Amino acid sequence: MKEWPLWEVFIRSKHGLAHKHVGSIHAADATMAVENARDVYTRRNEGASIWVVRSENIVSSAPGDKEILFDPSDDKVYRHPTFYEVPDEIENM
Amino acid sequence: MSDDQHLQTYVLRLADNALVLGQRLSEWVGHAPALEEEMATANVSLDLIGQAKSWLEYAAELRGGDDADRLAFHRDVLDFHNTLLVEQPNGDYAMTIARQFLFDAFHLPLLEQLAGSADPRVAEIAAKSAKEVGYHLRRSGEWMIRFGDGTDESRRRVIDAVERLWPFTGELFTGDAVDEAMLAAGVGADLAAVRERWSGHVDEVFAEAGLERPEDGWMQSGGKQGHHSEHLGYLLAEMQQLPRAYPDARW
Amino acid sequence: MYSQFVDTGSDRVLSSEELEGLERAFQERIDDEITIEPRDWMPEKYRETLVRQISQHAHSEIVGMLPEGNWITRAPNLRRKLILLAKVQDEAGHGLYLYSAAETLGVSREELIDALHAGKAKYSSIFNYPTPTWADIGCIGWLVDGAAIVNQIPLCRCSYGPYARAMVRVCKEESFHQRQGYEIMLDLCRGTDEQRRMAQDAFNRWWWPCLMMFGPADGASVHSQQSMAWKIKRHTNDDLRQRFIDQTVPQAEHLGLSIPDPDLKWNEEQGHYDYGEIDWNEFWQVLKGNGPCNRERLEARRNAYEDGAWVREAARVHAEKRARREREAA
Repeated sequence: MKEWPLWEVFIRSKHGLAHKHVGSIHAADATMAVENARDVYTRRNEGASIWVVRSENIVSSAPGDKEILFDPSDDKVYRHPTFYEVPDEIENM
Repeated sequence: MSDDQHLQTYVLRLADNALVLGQRLSEWVGHAPALEEEMATANVSLDLIGQAKSWLEYAAELRGGDDADRLAFHRDVLDFHNTLLVEQPNGDYAMTIARQFLFDAFHLPLLEQLAGSADPRVAEIAAKSAKEVGYHLRRSGEWMIRFGDGTDESRRRVIDAVERLWPFTGELFTGDAVDEAMLAAGVGADLAAVRERWSGHVDEVFAEAGLERPEDGWMQSGGKQGHHSEHLGYLLAEMQQLPRAYPDARW
Repeated sequence: MYSQFVDTGSDRVLSSEELEGLERAFQERIDDEITIEPRDWMPEKYRETLVRQISQHAHSEIVGMLPEGNWITRAPNLRRKLILLAKVQDEAGHGLYLYSAAETLGVSREELIDALHAGKAKYSSIFNYPTPTWADIGCIGWLVDGAAIVNQIPLCRCSYGPYARAMVRVCKEESFHQRQGYEIMLDLCRGTDEQRRMAQDAFNRWWWPCLMMFGPADGASVHSQQSMAWKIKRHTNDDLRQRFIDQTVPQAEHLGLSIPDPDLKWNEEQGHYDYGEIDWNEFWQVLKGNGPCNRERLEARRNAYEDGAWVREAARVHAEKRARREREAA
């Protein structure tokens, strides 16, 4: 017998952060997937919004591409706020 | 009976429906058909037992000098006021779901009306419970549709379950002196209006599930007045065993 | 512990200098504490070891629902009923998180569950003991969950990302489990003579099986050393067992319970408790299937799964019918 397919679950907490991957569940259809995600992953008031997506539909970067994809940003320190010198007496920046 | 006594009985009926159904559902824990269903069934059971606790705390206050646990664990069959529907055994999952759906479809409009009750405690507990029950009803309705429009086996099982349970639905809407007095006082719900919403919801879900609604034949009744089926005694014997065996103990 | 015996398939642990190519790069990543993720290259034996360990852990959570679930319908008051129900539900959730973590390694939940039901996969020996009285529920929370926490905290730093993340979630949720168990014991020990008798009797029955949960001494075992080299495991069984004993003895004393081990004694020099010989014969017998409840536990799980087959099938068939109708309407 074929079992229910696997879904990945993403939850946005009440604090307005982006949806975050929390784990997976099995469900027969999308409606059941949202409800199962609610019953499994928001038992402690964690969630304000749920996304589910069939695991087979997720496309991910290949681990072998790591150097091409991510190493170039290693030297772009100017994207990080700590790159800039601000005098100690300046506040709220 | 005075209005105070009517109110006590009225609140106990709400409490006992939730307690007995919550207890029944908790029997599934460890034995549900899928891990995800374990979680869902336990959530519904937790909601219902939590609601029962709130109603029993209020009933205990109304009686003065009692507490919720005494009411739950030291009353016997004749003093339980739940409807016969909720004490029916779990049976297979189709029976459990059908019982849940027929009850949820009654429970939600009932609580929504009670959220406007003249009694502020009743209104408060009902409003909080209604949110939980809205979710119960959605889930049980979806399962009715899955079973009705699933495999031949699931269809056969859910048709059988509905047929077995239908004679217990009449009692949900049959009012007595308590219901009339509470309605007149602006505290209780109008059961005719609850029935209308129940009926509409049942028709809608049955249509989508491809299920036929049984004819309203002879309806069983008596649970609200303390006259129960044989099943309740066993449920209470199990639930009340410890506090009854050790009346002096605190747990 | 929840996975008491994990075969790593190794005869000898090789250091990164002895390894070559991908295996060497892999071991260096582990040595540098870099987490391994599902799509990263990994040695087949690492993958197999993880599948074994994570699935044993998941099975233990699910089988572990049964001895406590036994008391949900009989909990002595409404508060205890709600707490126990929520706790046992958490265990279903933990099993679910762990099966999901195992699924990232290319096995399906179904295969894992089939292996459990066929008696091929193991689960913790502790859940083959019975819960005849309410005090057993106190002891499971206090001692069994207490032992589980000792074991699981280091697993939050396991080298395999999905397992480590599942354990972080589990540990966070489990913090109330041990406390509720200890609270049950407190009420019993401060209660009537009958309640104190229940408490001491349950404690006598659970103490030794809880020490066995950590598994036999494994400092010299090649599987343990391999698991440690891969950073799946971070401490030996004996270290974890000692930690558990040291923290539990004062808790038992506070309850006024006597510890069923005449050799238990504080060792000033070592800064630890010395304890008596564990009956490893009992442990092996329970693991082999001869514990008091092995048959019942597996039977209950098998029945639940088989009786639920038509339910899962109905939902799947309905989803297909609906999808087909939607396609045709479009």
